[in-house]
Amino acid sequence: MYKYDNYDQQMVDTRVEEFRDQTRRRLSGELSEEKFRPLRLMNGLYLQLHAYMLRVAVPYGTLSGAQMKALGDIADKYDRGYGHFTTRQNIQYNWIKLEDAPEILADLAKVEMHAIQTSGNCIRNISSDHFAGAAADELVDPRPYAELLRQWSSFHPEFSYLPRKFKIAVIAADTDRAAMRLHDIGIQIVKNDAGEIGCAFYVGGGMGRTPMVAPCINEFVPLDDLITYSEACLRVYNRHGRRDNKYKARIKILVHEMGKDEYTRQVEEEFAHLKSQGIEPPLAELERIKPYFADPAFKSGLSDEIDRTDTDFALWVDRNTVVHKAPGYVSAVISLKPVGGIPGDASADQIRLMGELATDYSFDECRVTHTQNIVLPHVEKARLKDLFDILDANGLSSPNLDTIEDIIACPGLDYCSLANARSIPVAQKISERFSGSGKTAELGELKLKISGCINACGHHHAGHIGILGVDRKGVENYQLLLGGSEAEDTSLGKITGPGFSEDGIVDAVEKAADVYIANREDGERFLDTYRRIGMDPFKEAIYG
Amino acid sequence: MVEFLRFRDDEVSESPAVTVDAFGEQSNAGAVRIEPGDDARELLPHLAHIARVEVNFPVFGDGRGYSAARILREAGYEGEIRAVGDVAVDQLAYMRRCGFDAFEPEKAMNEADVKTALERWEEVYQKTVDGRTPIWALRHG
Repeated sequence: MYKYDNYDQQMVDTRVEEFRDQTRRRLSGELSEEKFRPLRLMNGLYLQLHAYMLRVAVPYGTLSGAQMKALGDIADKYDRGYGHFTTRQNIQYNWIKLEDAPEILADLAKVEMHAIQTSGNCIRNISSDHFAGAAADELVDPRPYAELLRQWSSFHPEFSYLPRKFKIAVIAADTDRAAMRLHDIGIQIVKNDAGEIGCAFYVGGGMGRTPMVAPCINEFVPLDDLITYSEACLRVYNRHGRRDNKYKARIKILVHEMGKDEYTRQVEEEFAHLKSQGIEPPLAELERIKPYFADPAFKSGLSDEIDRTDTDFALWVDRNTVVHKAPGYVSAVISLKPVGGIPGDASADQIRLMGELATDYSFDECRVTHTQNIVLPHVEKARLKDLFDILDANGLSSPNLDTIEDIIACPGLDYCSLANARSIPVAQKISERFSGSGKTAELGELKLKISGCINACGHHHAGHIGILGVDRKGVENYQLLLGGSEAEDTSLGKITGPGFSEDGIVDAVEKAADVYIANREDGERFLDTYRRIGMDPFKEAIYG
Repeated sequence: MVEFLRFRDDEVSESPAVTVDAFGEQSNAGAVRIEPGDDARELLPHLAHIARVEVNFPVFGDGRGYSAARILREAGYEGEIRAVGDVAVDQLAYMRRCGFDAFEPEKAMNEADVKTALERWEEVYQKTVDGRTPIWALRHG
């Protein structure tokens, strides 16, 4: 894991002092809420329906055991004993007092964490593959590149008042576990024909009310141009992105309206100019960062045998563990989707426990996934049963990874001031319905995602089944979408037809699931069947 | 209270600033005002004759002026770049980094706050046009 040096620590400490000063000026009335708003947003502090919400950055989703434990302590000390893991690999606290916020940032700084640029119209936390460093299929670990980008994007003086927020994801495998092409910039670390490592740039993806899949604008940017090329992409956006309408201000609209070719031409022109400015860190800086992400000391000669006598354990192993590059190890996913629970929520005790388990079972590392679960990336197979027993005793052993119960949901109208409808109760009812009927297992991989408004924080466009909450004449109404994917076969879901009530949408999801079961061919997932047979059979069953 | 702030030793140019459009027709003007939608690069052929460029921020959240200032400095412009309009103490440090060396905010700033804001950041992560050595360069000598 990356460790701060004195410079990194000083930057974060300085930010704490700056925000302490800004908060003081706000509380004294010297700063108006209008002027304070963008400042607090750039420190992750939102004003929601009931209280302030603080969003803490988890760079590329990676945490040490001590950091995870500190997140649990913050939940106890400043919140109501809960934290909420988000679709951008971060954590949010929903019940924060403004006057406590500087103290929380100071507590975070002690464990090399912060809330810098977790909201606001700036470059947000860099996200990445949650199996980085463990996946058998990756070219290299993408996180050193993400860390280089983290430092470049932090306190960037030119790009802190962009037209709109800006999200970057970095991956280094052909299997996309980070929804890379649904980001403002998606970077895939690739190898060219000459065997050199470089970066493929995808620009202009996003969800929200106008979902778009990012086109590739450059298939190979050399590693020692990574920052300069990113700067060129951002400058063209900062200068030409629309500012007249906040709903058309994301870079996807610019790339779409300007056209991919013209946007690319302008980026290349700006890039050629910026090359003369010497803004690229030397490759030595990347080499300095890389050893922090070196493989931990995996034992050799470990057995791949797992004792499957305990059937609950065997089911959890089948569902929630993922193949690892080192023999004798797996990546274990802790589901934060208990049946009837709030997706992504964990209690302070659970958060601290997961931190301890990261230390004891996974070389002091855990990950937050964009699907709102926690990964222990490097677990010895021989110790899996012990791990499972501890998880099971603490309500953390739901065997439902990538099933219809593993729902992504935004906070919705229960918390969020932007929402039109509640998301959480719909997620709870669906997981209860399918768990109760026992159909979860039969359905296999089925990614269901719920957003409580058109801003799409719950990624509904990218769900095999997506649900969008809307307001219809003052009543919550839910639209159903089918056929989305956020993986390497990225696609956007299509709306089936008229919306449903809260109970109606649960019935509609069940009908769609039944159409799949009745029509599937060998080995097909829900998404595959939908793509083969199309929307009509589903429509017929749902509305017929 | 601070109504005007300048980090230059040369004399303040008194020329009235013309718009970028007007400058295009009458390029002997000594000062130009850039609005957010203007292309700063239109001024590049004439930089040697311009004593002052004002970059207007009608609202502080419109960050196009940061790019405009940096583009002028990257092209070697050495005259004054003045931020005018909705400019507050919390924007000063980033503006300095982008090449602004004068500030004429529509609302006066608290003197102590200005001093704190300008002295706060001892180190920086990025190389820009302010001559400061970024952290990556410090790390690698």
